[in-house]
Amino acid sequence: MAIWVEVDLCDGCRRCTRACPYDAMEMKDGKARIGDRCTSCGACMDACRNKAILTDAKPRTIPDFSNHKGVWVFAEQRGGQLNRVSVELLGKAQELAKELNHKVAAVLIGDQVSGLAKTLIQFGADTVYLAENTILRDYRTEAYACVLQELVAAHKPNIMLIGATHIGRDLAPRVSRRVGSGLTADCTELSIDSAEGILLQTRPAFGGNVMATIANRFSRPQMATVRPGVMEVIPTPDKEGTVVTHVTQLTDEQIGTKILEIVKEPKTHVDLAEAKVIVAGGRGVNDAAGFELLSDLAAALGAELAGTRVAFEEGWIPASRQVGQTGVTVRPDLYVACGVSGAIQHRAGMMDSKFIVAINKDPYAPIFKVADWGIVGDLFDVVPELTKQLQAACQVMCD
Amino acid sequence: MNIIVLIKQVPNTSEVKLDPKTGNLIREGVETIINPDDLHALETAVTLKETYGGTITVLTMGPPQAMDALSEAIGMGADKAILLSDRAFSGADTWATSYTLGKAIQHIGDYDLILAGRQAIDGDTAQVGPQVADFLGLPQVTYVFDIEAVTTDYVVVKRRLEDGYERIQCSLPALLTVIPGAKHPRYPLVSRLLLACREKAPIKIWNAADIRVTTAEIGLDGSLTQVIRTFAPKFERQGEFLEGSTSGMVQNLIARFKENKLI
Repeated sequence: MAIWVEVDLCDGCRRCTRACPYDAMEMKDGKARIGDRCTSCGACMDACRNKAILTDAKPRTIPDFSNHKGVWVFAEQRGGQLNRVSVELLGKAQELAKELNHKVAAVLIGDQVSGLAKTLIQFGADTVYLAENTILRDYRTEAYACVLQELVAAHKPNIMLIGATHIGRDLAPRVSRRVGSGLTADCTELSIDSAEGILLQTRPAFGGNVMATIANRFSRPQMATVRPGVMEVIPTPDKEGTVVTHVTQLTDEQIGTKILEIVKEPKTHVDLAEAKVIVAGGRGVNDAAGFELLSDLAAALGAELAGTRVAFEEGWIPASRQVGQTGVTVRPDLYVACGVSGAIQHRAGMMDSKFIVAINKDPYAPIFKVADWGIVGDLFDVVPELTKQLQAACQVMCD
Repeated sequence: MNIIVLIKQVPNTSEVKLDPKTGNLIREGVETIINPDDLHALETAVTLKETYGGTITVLTMGPPQAMDALSEAIGMGADKAILLSDRAFSGADTWATSYTLGKAIQHIGDYDLILAGRQAIDGDTAQVGPQVADFLGLPQVTYVFDIEAVTTDYVVVKRRLEDGYERIQCSLPALLTVIPGAKHPRYPLVSRLLLACREKAPIKIWNAADIRVTTAEIGLDGSLTQVIRTFAPKFERQGEFLEGSTSGMVQNLIARFKENKLI
């Protein structure tokens, strides 16, 4: 199988170089040329106006999947506690199902977990497939994969969403291989392509430097794991749903693992470079007591505490928490800079944060130039107020 | 104990930048490294070998330059290495990759344990390990950070959870994916690196025919998912000053957090 450029037909418009997802198209002497990175994916062929890019590959036929219906969500529970991400996924599933005119189903696996079925219905499930068995009490890869495989074979869903948790990321690839389906990891956006009716799965790649949209045309269900906290919860308090009980054929001998112990640990501080939310302080925080305020804010946000070089040199934070050129480079989703002027050395370590908040007395502080949202004010007023309102907001959400 | 370690050569993503004009990745001049989690898998394998003996075979799929990663692995203490390299392998998604690796492992044959890193920093999918395990019909444990005990029939490992860990007994043969543990991966020994550079270095190159796979099952053609489009994430700053009383500004800020799903 190969792909090539008919040089005489190429007018050097560069559409193909832009279309290539693998950056394999090069321009030489005003003509397109295919480089080593080409995977023959054909994106350039679609982009070319002059039909100058040819292939000897036969197009793959897309099987008929019209008998695959339903948008499924794996309802992750541990010890009878539903993981919030499953409820978030039910929200997204409702949207997708509406566009496809399909139904939403949740798959609930465990031992004595039937009480959770009602919650799943109240957050969007039309059907709950319930598999209960003592051997399913704790999550085990092969056991849960086996149950999902049985259900998929019996009911042929079109889409299956799984939370990108430690359990979900263990389970989803196992199920995908077993049911013969493609899987996209850690999606942050999901939508339906209206023309083809397929699921478009968008995810970050290369450490978040690139976003990629992925399709799964050749297999069903179209499977995706989704990061927690990305999709919106849509409550459906008045919904009537049905619970379908599934009896698994699985026996304990078929499972190669045994859980000896589950140990809960108090949350240890994560590596700053991997932190999703960071609260940072600089010279304006004044002293260690000032950092106590930031610490409260960090607790309310579920954030890690960090600081500038000054904060480290003054002994307010340990070296491992210094952000900047001589410290750690971070790229959290949210970076809240309090009393940080924003010297270039500091900015170099936090510029790639997705969203930046600056709280500073000086409206001309350079930190405001890189901030999404700025508050000009005394951090000793603003930070405690922010902590207070966040705690109140969290209370509302948790209720 | 015979161990197979799956590794991947990856671009050092902290250095990968996008061309602001074209939105394409700038790959020139970006160094390639052994994927960080895979270094921990190698370290785990070498530690196990020191205690229990046996051989370590390192397996990777990639372009010819991935040979460098294999040499480094031999430098760290692996006995043998195999490079799966064939233009037909390119463009593979995790489905086709796990099939290719699975077929290669069947071709290697004799093993008690397969180790891999949890995920590679260029794709971050964490899918290939479990998919290989399923292809081979082996039990798996992912997110392993400690191996407590090893017997001829099973291992006892610790698996990281979001709020703690599990102690799991897993029958052998099995596949484990590891995350950074207590021990820092060792540096390669110069003497062993020289061994990897010799003409009779214990490194083999296998192509599609060697592992008995057909082109329809591998690479882009054997993949079930396709990348349709890539684009640069938006990093434009809003640059908005919030105004009003302290409590009003804070209220607005929290509203922005909610709009952008930050809380």
